[in-house]
Amino acid sequence: MSGILLDVQGLEVAYGDVQVVWSADLVVRHGTTTALIGSNGAGKSTLLRALSGLLRPLRGSIVIGGRDLAGASPRDFVDNGIAHVPEGRRLFTGLSVHDNLLLGAYRRQDGKAAIRADLERMYDLFPRLAERRRQDATTMSGGEQQMCAIARGLMAAPRLLLIDELSLGLAPAVVDQLVETLHRVRADGASLLVVEQDVGIALELADHVYIMDQGRTVRNGPSDVIAADSSILAAYMGT
Amino acid sequence: MTLRLVLIAAATVLAIFGLAQADAYVIRLATIFGMYATLALSWNIIGGFAGYPSFATAAFFGLGAYITAVGQNAGLPLPVAVALSGAVAALFAGLLGTAILHLRGRYFAIASLVVAEVLRELTNSWTDVTGGGMGINLPLIDGSVIGQAQFYLVAMLSLAAIALAATIWLDRSRLGMALRCIAQNEDAAQIIGVDTRKAKTFGFMLSSLFVGFVGGVYASWVTYIDPTDVYDGALSIKPILMALLGGVGTIFGPLLGAFTYLALEELLWRNLLEFHAGILGLMVVLLVLFLPGGLSEIRGRGLFHLLTRRRQPS
Repeated sequence: MSGILLDVQGLEVAYGDVQVVWSADLVVRHGTTTALIGSNGAGKSTLLRALSGLLRPLRGSIVIGGRDLAGASPRDFVDNGIAHVPEGRRLFTGLSVHDNLLLGAYRRQDGKAAIRADLERMYDLFPRLAERRRQDATTMSGGEQQMCAIARGLMAAPRLLLIDELSLGLAPAVVDQLVETLHRVRADGASLLVVEQDVGIALELADHVYIMDQGRTVRNGPSDVIAADSSILAAYMGT
Repeated sequence: MTLRLVLIAAATVLAIFGLAQADAYVIRLATIFGMYATLALSWNIIGGFAGYPSFATAAFFGLGAYITAVGQNAGLPLPVAVALSGAVAALFAGLLGTAILHLRGRYFAIASLVVAEVLRELTNSWTDVTGGGMGINLPLIDGSVIGQAQFYLVAMLSLAAIALAATIWLDRSRLGMALRCIAQNEDAAQIIGVDTRKAKTFGFMLSSLFVGFVGGVYASWVTYIDPTDVYDGALSIKPILMALLGGVGTIFGPLLGAFTYLALEELLWRNLLEFHAGILGLMVVLLVLFLPGGLSEIRGRGLFHLLTRRRQPS
């Protein structure tokens, strides 16, 4: 097994007085795709928001590359190689696809040439974006916007890309395309942590799966093991 | 580039000193223009670039005015007192920003609205230092009547020029880009690693710095201030109107808006004393309905277009 990139222990996260995540333990290894599944309100998105610094956890540790970043700012997370693709995309309105992608590289220090090269890599990964590079990003279809948001995240040259609700509201054909592209992204060396409602897509995409239930990470295992055990899915996912 | 900058600076200086030779009415009008332009440009930094509609301009203006007044009465020379006004206003904005800049949109607007009221009450009750509701006198500067008028003209227009230069710098800087990202989508700005809290606070401080300066110069110019005058809510509203008139978030829009507003004030309202507040309201309605982007939306008009185009972060 490859080395550990992200190690989360005993994480608790709340919105004000309302605690949502009660106990999350999670490990993401280098060069793998990990999926986080669970029913509505299980705390998946909340956990993900804590893992990019958008929410400050109450307790617990978030160790990335040997450093505990629990309580650090979103900027520190970006600087430590975490990029977040939020639910609902959150693209910059009124800006072209091209400019949205460039803004993804906001914190990068490795020079224009490297950023240009990555930009070309994005247009290669997502040919649709290349076609629409001059278009206002928020006027595109949902699938194209999701591609743009993922590409913007990758433009930060992250070690770990967090994707919230990958397939939400997208056409099945588009989702297939995205899954294929994400396999390529992982082959290029990035690691992925994906929150996904659709168990089928999650199992197809990921090497390792975590199941969340009522704010806790209750089960985890390699995708094929989880897929083979119908009792797990029946118990937690209601399928 | 440097040559161009030197030429522009020289032309600005010449224009300011040329204006100073005009008659007293024009000088007075141009001084007010300098004041309005600086206020509008300052508001544009936080309200336009960052998209945080601040109603706290009057607070920083009054604070600046009172710092200069109290400082001068304590024996500080005018330039030192005005510099102190700007510094204190910026510092106060830094503290205030930490408290209210996490509020978004209308919540921020309402929080910023009450600041001037609080400061006014404080000034009213702290009679020993501020003179309370009686107001406070400032020492006259030396020179003839016209000489004094020329001095304040140069001071106000210089402030406007500096505020404009700061805006041009901001537009090209990383901070400016961060602020524009925040205005577009603050969540996304955070996600790409913009330190939104720091950027907003710096923007707010830069904006208040100039308002503090203007308040200080204004106090010295009119030589007598009282709380209702310098904490007047209209001081918060006017810069917003000017920026709206000219084009929110553009570089030269606030300048254009300040000029237009002043022209309206002089030409229109002087002749419509009974109805000028109504005109103001009508103006806002017409503006929002037909020119939501301000006068700078009238595009393709040569120089006019060149002056008001909006730069996008890229």
